Amino acid sequence: MSLIEVTDLRRTFTVRRRAEGSRRKQRTEVVAVQDLTFGIDAGEMVGYIGPNGAGKSTTIKMLTGILVPTSGRISVAGVDPSRNRTTLARRIGVVFGQRTSLWWDLPLRDSFDLLQKIYRTDPARHRTNLAEFLELLDLGELLDTPVRQLSLGQRMRGDIAAALLHDPEILYLDEPTIGLDVVSKGRLREFLRALNRERGTTLMLTTHDLQDIEALCRRVIVIDHGTQVYDGTLAGLHERGGSHRTVVVDLVDEAPPISVAGAVTRRVEGPRQWLSLPAGASAAPVVAALAASYDVADLSIQEPDIEDVIRELYSRAPSG
Amino acid sequence: MPLHVAVATRAFKRYSTYVGATLAGIFTNCVFGVIICFVYLEVWGSNPDAGGYDVTDALTYVWLGQAMIMTVAVWGGGSPDDLAERIRSGDVAIDFYRPVGILGWYLAADLGRAAYHLLTRGLAPTVIGGLLFDLRYPDGVGTWLVFLAAIPVAVTVSFALRMLASLTAFWLLDDVGPRMLLGFVALFFSGLTVPLVILPGMLRDLAFALPWATFLQVPADIWLGKTTGWEIVEGFAFMSGWAVVLLGLCSLVLRRAERRVVVQGG
Repeated sequence: MSLIEVTDLRRTFTVRRRAEGSRRKQRTEVVAVQDLTFGIDAGEMVGYIGPNGAGKSTTIKMLTGILVPTSGRISVAGVDPSRNRTTLARRIGVVFGQRTSLWWDLPLRDSFDLLQKIYRTDPARHRTNLAEFLELLDLGELLDTPVRQLSLGQRMRGDIAAALLHDPEILYLDEPTIGLDVVSKGRLREFLRALNRERGTTLMLTTHDLQDIEALCRRVIVIDHGTQVYDGTLAGLHERGGSHRTVVVDLVDEAPPISVAGAVTRRVEGPRQWLSLPAGASAAPVVAALAASYDVADLSIQEPDIEDVIRELYSRAPSG
Repeated sequence: MPLHVAVATRAFKRYSTYVGATLAGIFTNCVFGVIICFVYLEVWGSNPDAGGYDVTDALTYVWLGQAMIMTVAVWGGGSPDDLAERIRSGDVAIDFYRPVGILGWYLAADLGRAAYHLLTRGLAPTVIGGLLFDLRYPDGVGTWLVFLAAIPVAVTVSFALRMLASLTAFWLLDDVGPRMLLGFVALFFSGLTVPLVILPGMLRDLAFALPWATFLQVPADIWLGKTTGWEIVEGFAFMSGWAVVLLGLCSLVLRRAERRVVVQGG
């Protein structure tokens, strides 16, 4: 039994739209999510990705219990979220990248105090957690700053601390790095990795930023048009998308297309040649073989672009 | 309970950060207080016991009115406005997701706000009005206490009405219409424009039965010593009755709204 179990999950919305030329509104059913089935074990870090409107936030809302599924089953930590929303709220943390759970006009400190009372966290436990998160998220000096004066990156760190003060087993992050600069993103990822490693917190994050996934998640679930199109490892995603690594070789002299085991020559342009090998394969034997049989002036390896892979997957998914 | 006290304290603190706005508000209250006093002086000059008030009662009533505008939030405002904004922006999802009731949370926040407004925009104009005009004050500690006890009840009634207007945002998204309507009704039926005591016959009876009478008229009559003994108990029963009924209604509407969001998905 996984910590999070989702079975045949489906959610539709009824939209009333005025048809063209008609004065009467017509009800149309829009499918936000369908046939979603997956399990997430305690301690996993899972990336949940998909384009805008794919149904990512809808799924997160159902997992937290603030939206009831149209059909299908969800079990989080053994309970049905929508029926036990308040009980479950004490065991999960949620960070909505585009919303804040902090109090705008008040110093950060006040938000943390209120959260301790909301979740009735043991005061000693709260103090220890707070001290640790302030240190790790570098928030100590900002405690007395009103939230409205924080930068986006600072506010996001505050929000993440806020979501974790009650020791949740699961942390859902909906677009946690949206709008952050490269340094802030890096620090945030570092923190999330440490959180997962040291506290065993299960992480599920939706994101547009595939670097988040590369940095954090061994497993990705991809959805498009509300349907699950992939669930597996990041490497597997590359394979599935038919992506490959490229070895760019500069020879000393022009030569006919290179032939070495494990790679295929795709392009030749003067002394430069492009060889491709499967995304999961190691480049070492190929490089060794090259050096043994050719006069190599220079060599570089290009990693596959995961965005291309996912674009490829999206275009293959049946559109609904 | 400690949570709600903390929420109220934070709301108090939040409003207290805007000192400039408070001072400007106090100034406005005083200007309007003076203007209305001159109007009332004319009215009571030609009719010295209109509605059973003498001219001192009438002038005192003016300043009590100025003190109550923000405290009871006659015009609207306070925590229900925050909620309406959160419904529009979708941030209300965060409120639903927390393991605490929304109604109690927002009521606590509004009472915290009211406490701040009472101590600033309630107290200051009353003191200034007292320096400028000859006013009447409660005639004993008992009356003071009863008057002060009436204020949170009045705020609760007003809160529940404002909350009902804000909750319409779950269906309408924009609650400006209901809020403005409520503001206009409150402006008249609270007795802020004219004391309810001088209204004629049926209209007076109607106004005294509606929840808006709790905003100003009922507390003012306690202050002025018009309500005494058993009438005070009746007054409190009237105010608390409305508070309970309206809060019940809020909780009913809130449950429907929650179903709408959670089940229908907004």
